[in-house]
Amino acid sequence: MGTLVIWINQALVFGSVIMLGAIGETISEKAGNMNLGTPGIMCVGAAFGMIGAHGYENSVESPNALLCIVIALSCAFLAAAIMGAIYSFFVVSLRVNQNVVGLVITIFGVGVAKFFTKLCIKTTTGNIRARFAAGVFGKKIPWLSDSLGIASDILFSYGFMFYVTIVVAVLVTLFLSKTRVGLNLRAVGENPPTADAAGINVSKYKYLATCIGAGITGCAGIYCVLDFKDGGWATADIADIESYGWLAVALVIFSMWKTVNLIWGSYLFGFFYWAYQYLPSMIGISISTDLAQTLPYIITIIVLIVISLSKRKENQGPASLGLTYFREDR
Amino acid sequence: MNTEKSLKTDFHQSFLRISKRDSISQKSAWAIRAGAVLLALVVNALFVLAITGLDPISLYATMFKGVFGDSFSRWEFIKNSAKLLCIAVALAPAFKMRYWNIGGEGQVLMGALASTIIMYTCDSLPSLLLVLLMLIVGLAVGALWAFIPAAFKAKFNTNETLFTLMMNYIAMNLVNYYYNKWRGEKSALGEINSQSKKGWLSSLWGGNEDGFFLNEDLWYFLVILLVSVLMYVYLKKTKHGYEISVVGESRNTAKYAGISVNKVMLRTLLISGAVCGLCGFLTVSNSHTISADNTAGGYGFTAIIVAWLSKFNTLTMIAVSFMVIFLQKGSSSIADMYARKGFDTSASSIVTGIFLLAVIGSEFFINYRLIFRSRKEEK
Repeated sequence: MGTLVIWINQALVFGSVIMLGAIGETISEKAGNMNLGTPGIMCVGAAFGMIGAHGYENSVESPNALLCIVIALSCAFLAAAIMGAIYSFFVVSLRVNQNVVGLVITIFGVGVAKFFTKLCIKTTTGNIRARFAAGVFGKKIPWLSDSLGIASDILFSYGFMFYVTIVVAVLVTLFLSKTRVGLNLRAVGENPPTADAAGINVSKYKYLATCIGAGITGCAGIYCVLDFKDGGWATADIADIESYGWLAVALVIFSMWKTVNLIWGSYLFGFFYWAYQYLPSMIGISISTDLAQTLPYIITIIVLIVISLSKRKENQGPASLGLTYFREDR
Repeated sequence: MNTEKSLKTDFHQSFLRISKRDSISQKSAWAIRAGAVLLALVVNALFVLAITGLDPISLYATMFKGVFGDSFSRWEFIKNSAKLLCIAVALAPAFKMRYWNIGGEGQVLMGALASTIIMYTCDSLPSLLLVLLMLIVGLAVGALWAFIPAAFKAKFNTNETLFTLMMNYIAMNLVNYYYNKWRGEKSALGEINSQSKKGWLSSLWGGNEDGFFLNEDLWYFLVILLVSVLMYVYLKKTKHGYEISVVGESRNTAKYAGISVNKVMLRTLLISGAVCGLCGFLTVSNSHTISADNTAGGYGFTAIIVAWLSKFNTLTMIAVSFMVIFLQKGSSSIADMYARKGFDTSASSIVTGIFLLAVIGSEFFINYRLIFRSRKEEK
């Protein structure tokens, strides 16, 4: 039982990180921009969030918890949003192919992340840890987390970002289905010429959706460092965050572009991704780490095939996903 | 950019509008590209100057020396460029057909893995036969890895961009699985068959590498160069190549002309995957080892950009590959010298990224024209 609870805890926190990444990517894809720069953007968010958090707690005598959260998240959001803006400039204004720009952003972003953390955080041991920030991000809810027995262990033993992520997923779902701006955004992703004819500023929507989406993805990066990785930072972690970024891209497909599905889909991904650590001791089956970690990708492929088999339109991605829009094209 | 506003009725507000060019002379197109390369070199020089204080002239001199200074670095440079080139060449026919095969990394790795398995298990075969078998199996498995997404695309119109992307990660994990299995208790896999040298490229000529024409790296490069030229001919001069262009331009036109789109797609992807498999085979038989990080080395992704920048012209790819690897290796060599000032190897991805962004951006000015509102128009 104990092992199962630890597995659930790890799966849920991990799922929550990639969920936040996937929410950002979904917003961007809903506007028709398939941002394959997501892994790079997540790394940039993690790096600059870390620079902010680490810098703050080492420059003041008694750091303030709220200020620490604001600094970490806003640094991550801003840096990532700038990467989103670069992507949008090339894709929307210069009309370059989205896959190409996305991959360059990933290469560039991973480099930027590694480079600037080395430049901004001086260390002698090579290991960096934002101790205070990790404490703030990992703080559990006071009463709920220890007095309800098993329910506390499974439902309430997480840092605040876990709950924030669920709230964000619900809010984005409502935004995309109930508000005028959200519907306009979807129109831009489905059929830009029609949206344009209806008086929607297509470029503005694409820019904003991609930048805000990238910002949210960036927050997933710093959330990963300060909570899932407990505030520790080594260069090797960037490779991890990059691969989590690709999982976030996969998760968007898995959720069939519906943010509400992310809430369970991401946790399921978490279960599969970490299964190799717990299955041997629980039921005596030992599977190789490497083979077990292919599971989320295999499942995504199966979902991708099922989606293409289904003729129902609401299960498909946005119709103009991946295409550049130029008004004078016919 | 005021693109959107430009066509609205109040023409007075827009001082800039964009229109598609009908055509552009090759000369001006290349002038724009050269300008972008120059811009990238200047920006990179400023970036390095800001961090290391190294002035641009000595910067590029140092990079040049770092890349071409000694025989080892020279061959490293040639080999890496060839690898990038090979994958870009492999992707070219698929991209020309507007099929987004971004699974190059995985296809190379699977080709390499299949070759390595043969290298391990069949090392009792005679050298020539073993290498031949490795080649055939490598080609076949690389082709298979590209064929699976293509078959689903043909049958059910499954999104190939995302499918091939996912296939990369499955391939990486499979390679890791075998790597860890073969490695056993050792800290790294090391060279395979290091005693018998079975399955090494040099085993074809008895394992002796002393002498210019006995160099494994040279043959690695020459084979890939030959493949690039063959691919150029295939795409430009053959019926197959023509069919690929027609399908890429318009599926409907292709259907109308009696071309079976699905058949062309499957055939092209088999070729694309097989060339990736070839790259995997060559890399394994040249480096005598395999790893998920280094065998394809992320070039599967960089190659997508190289192929696209070269407009799917495999001869242009030769130049672009050399340029990209020069910047990468060159900035790494700067990093070795200036690590203390904070300029480390990760800076090389920034330098490459700036270069790629500049060249990608320049395509816009080749395809589109910016029209500034002149005073005359105002009246």
